[in-house]
Amino acid sequence: MSRLAVPKTYKLFIGGAFPRSESGRTYEVVKADGAFLANAAKASRKDARDAIVAARGAVAGWAGATAYNRGQVLYRVAEVLEGRRAQFVAEIEDAEGVSRAVAGAQVDEAIDRWVWYAGWADKFAQVAGNANPVAGPYFNISVPEPTGVVAIVAPQDSSLVGLVSAIAPALVAGNSVVVVASERFPLSAISLAEVLATSDVPKGVVNVLTGSPAEIAPWLASHADVNALDLVGAGDLDWIELEFQAADTLKRVLRPEQGPDAAAPSLERIRAFTETKTVWHTKSLR
Amino acid sequence: MAGTTLVTARERALAVLGGDPDDATLRRYLHGIPGVDAVGLEQRAAALGTRSIKTSSKAWALDKIISLIDLTTLEGADTPGKVRSLVAKAMNPDPSDPSTPRVAAVCVYGDMVPYAVEALGAAHGDPDDGAISVAAVATAFPSGRSSLEIKLADTAEAVAAGADEIDMVIDRGAFLAGRYGLVFDQIAAVKEACRRPDGTSASLKVILETGELVTYDNVRRASWLSILAGGDFIKTSTGKVQPAATLPVTLLMLEVVRDWHRLTGHRVGVKPAGGIRSSKDAIKYLVTVAETVGEEWLVPHLFRFGASSLLNDVLLQRQKLATGHYSGADYVTID
Amino acid sequence: MSFLEYAPAPESRAILSLRDSYGLFIDGEFVAGRGTPFQTISPSSEERIAEIADANEQDVADAVAAARRAYDRVWSRMSGRDRGKYLFRIARLVQERARELAVAESLDNGKPIKESRDVDVPLVAAWFFYYAGWADKLDHAGLGADPRALGVAAQVIPWNFPLLMLAWKIAPALAAGNTVVLKPAETTPLTALLFAEILQQADLPPGVVNIVTGAGDTGAALVAHPDVDKVAFTGSTAVGRAIAKQIAGTHKKATLELGGKAANIVFDDAPVDQAIEGIVNGIFFNQGHVCCAGSRLLVQESIHDEVVDRLKSRLSTLRLGDPLDKNTDIGAINSREQLERIRTLSDIGEAEGAERWSVPCEMPENGFWFAPTIFTGVETSHRIAREEVFGPVLSVLSFRTPQEAIAKANNTPYGLSAGIWSDKGSRILAVADQLRAGVIWANTFNRFDPASPFGGFKESGYGREGGRHGLGAYLAPAAIGGRTAAPRAIERTDASAEASVAATKPKARARRAAAAKKGAAK
Repeated sequence: MSRLAVPKTYKLFIGGAFPRSESGRTYEVVKADGAFLANAAKASRKDARDAIVAARGAVAGWAGATAYNRGQVLYRVAEVLEGRRAQFVAEIEDAEGVSRAVAGAQVDEAIDRWVWYAGWADKFAQVAGNANPVAGPYFNISVPEPTGVVAIVAPQDSSLVGLVSAIAPALVAGNSVVVVASERFPLSAISLAEVLATSDVPKGVVNVLTGSPAEIAPWLASHADVNALDLVGAGDLDWIELEFQAADTLKRVLRPEQGPDAAAPSLERIRAFTETKTVWHTKSLR
Repeated sequence: MAGTTLVTARERALAVLGGDPDDATLRRYLHGIPGVDAVGLEQRAAALGTRSIKTSSKAWALDKIISLIDLTTLEGADTPGKVRSLVAKAMNPDPSDPSTPRVAAVCVYGDMVPYAVEALGAAHGDPDDGAISVAAVATAFPSGRSSLEIKLADTAEAVAAGADEIDMVIDRGAFLAGRYGLVFDQIAAVKEACRRPDGTSASLKVILETGELVTYDNVRRASWLSILAGGDFIKTSTGKVQPAATLPVTLLMLEVVRDWHRLTGHRVGVKPAGGIRSSKDAIKYLVTVAETVGEEWLVPHLFRFGASSLLNDVLLQRQKLATGHYSGADYVTID
Repeated sequence: MSFLEYAPAPESRAILSLRDSYGLFIDGEFVAGRGTPFQTISPSSEERIAEIADANEQDVADAVAAARRAYDRVWSRMSGRDRGKYLFRIARLVQERARELAVAESLDNGKPIKESRDVDVPLVAAWFFYYAGWADKLDHAGLGADPRALGVAAQVIPWNFPLLMLAWKIAPALAAGNTVVLKPAETTPLTALLFAEILQQADLPPGVVNIVTGAGDTGAALVAHPDVDKVAFTGSTAVGRAIAKQIAGTHKKATLELGGKAANIVFDDAPVDQAIEGIVNGIFFNQGHVCCAGSRLLVQESIHDEVVDRLKSRLSTLRLGDPLDKNTDIGAINSREQLERIRTLSDIGEAEGAERWSVPCEMPENGFWFAPTIFTGVETSHRIAREEVFGPVLSVLSFRTPQEAIAKANNTPYGLSAGIWSDKGSRILAVADQLRAGVIWANTFNRFDPASPFGGFKESGYGREGGRHGLGAYLAPAAIGGRTAAPRAIERTDASAEASVAATKPKARARRAAAAKKGAAK
């Protein structure tokens, strides 16, 4: 006896909600063997704009939360991910056409990376900041602060681990994120959005767009209210043009990385989306 | 020089304070004045200290310094002879150069006033007119630790003996304990004791002893308090406590005097005392006065140096300017 | 006479023995440039100081080649300890020749001698001392063990702090093991060339530092050179933007230290006398030719009038004139071009309805001068409240609450610096937290120290100079997957970002490079 399955409609994730693309467009996502898998929303420039507005609105709250709180929220994401491990494994098997073991390894790595980054939330400032022994009667300290809104073109050759590796480091320091998922493997991105939506991550802190990176990324790169651009997964796009556009508002840009080790976990990825703020204050007993 | 009368001083204080000068009212007022950032104050003073005063400006400055000096001896070992010697130096600082100006005043203990008055003879008078005043320290100088009665008697005696100026000390203990009303009342009472039978009054310099007040906020509050209570001058130090006068403290007091003038139109004098030994340092003070309250403050009734060894250094510098070569200690007199 | 009209106290120029003309400093030697030489003049008198060589593209290529050779053969192989010793030597030589350098700087730049003598040159020496000690401690720079130098650094510096900006650039670059080609500003090349003589005295290996003089084209050629690995630029946001475009799609890393429109926020409980000094120092230091200048004064409305009154009386004591006079507070504007810009923006301020007040002072006949000026009644929408004037012009705005102060302070595409004046610690820290600026001075302003990172948020650029962070800007981690990596992270293969760059669309790159070059030519 086989039961008729209830398929999921995959939508965008903007400002904590799951809207369809305002354009009404979808595109076919297929399995490795070419068979139909699902229709994913094909985000438009207006969806990108809405996502940036949502992300900007979320910056103050997320950046202003205590680092301890951010760490807890991020760890909670890992917990919920772990709970839905089977769903992600199945999705990846389907989408990437890999064995259960390989898909499982990807999900495990994604969860572990997420945990690794979550742990940095309340330590990063201690490692990246310091007191400065200036030659004068001043208290002087440098601390890293979030850059603001980070737009990301996620690694295109993986469903989950690439996405996680790009999002998590930006979130650690308190940035909010607009991410364009892998065009070929977008379904795990939307499932991850469901995890984020149920893990105490404030609305708008992460916004997920599916569709064509080639179409959406230029709008993100040229948007004046985006502070940083992570092109880690943009290697196959005209990414030089994207970096060129980003220069109009002096966005911080991470260039594409390719290969299995793209976006490998590192402190540098956290640091890339922070600004060092140095505060001087006079000191005297008199 | 005539001090302001007690009545107008008190009326002015009441108008500014908006109430009786008791502890609570004074506290509200003094603690409502903007604070002082020590680092910024000291940097401003240091910057003023880098002014380079050369040639004609330096010549003017050296003469001006001499004319603003309260030539001082405040030793347990003071004798009539020592005071006469000091007065002789005050009247004729450089025997080799009659163009040398006289100092503004001689400053002595109260019991030495008669000898100073006698030695000055016809030269005794208002330094704004080129004469020399007699200033007496009073009020249980330097600690100020005695009863009000004794402080007032100390003052009255000096005034009666011919002192033109009284350098009183505030009760630092009372100030630090927050008893601003008591400090106010004592200053006001001493001011009253400065009156002469003819209705005129000796000028009152109020010594804050900034080295014991320690913080700039305290100095600023004590300055306001002293001015409100009727002081004609605010003075940094007795010279018996270290640190005595410093440039930042003097700058701060000048800022208070400037603000008081803005508020009331009334001018109060400032006297840094103790620790100013070189012409170079003294010129820094002149610069600080000129750039903070204006050049018009560089007159004897608005600015003084309390000093003893400073005079000889100025004379040496003066000789250098006149002759073009450096002078030596044996070419100025020791008193 | 008035005492306040202090008699002239000129610093002696006799200490300077300048050549009549200066070549480019390439591979340890002064060589002729292939471009047309130009004159450097004193902005306070417009008199000629010396003839300066102009480096064309070929000269720049020579310089980069020399830097590459020095990197490959000498500097990258030298121990950190020895690199540090060279930097210590340089620091000492700067101290020994401090007065000479200060006089040259004031002559060429127009800044008061008291600033070049007491601020610029001492900081130059301090910068070399600070980074000298880092050269053999790179493992502690914050990038993990065995970080590597980037290679050849192209450094383009502005005219406002000519020698100090040189130190900010060269000291960390050399400490980290890079070699350098530096281009000083067209109007202020003199001290960089004297510095080249210091490098010769220090016996620094040839090619480790090369100095190419010239105008915008020289800088653009340097930034564009394919064998450059790192670009460090201080200057306008417009040129910074052009540079960011120029290096898009390359392997080059960049540190950009650009413009600013800093808010100096004065709360009603501020230590007012020190705040006045901070406002003055904030905007009139170095004639306001300071990217982090406190050009927007935000005063709490309740004390607005009092602060403006006090400020005006304080400004009346400022002394404008001969930069070499030790009592000068305000020197000359650096160039006719800059003077025109200041005049234009000030006229616009007046036309927009702000009230203009300038210190009444006598201007010298020759040279470029602008009296310290305050605009009151400035609104956030006025151009003088938004655009960088880079001159002695202060815009005064008011606010009512801390929230409003923060909102107004942050309402700019810039984010370099800010000032906060208040007696209340909790408020200072909370405001500092929310200001989007890289350097925040509380109850002080315009303080600099080699140990303290400096640099901006947003369009004020990226990267930091100074401190450990400034060192990191000239280093790359040994490899991702080192000790900062997460458990089970896969070992990095060969697919570094840099490797992937080379393969990408060379035609598109050439097209964009051409477009960027146009922008950079200014």
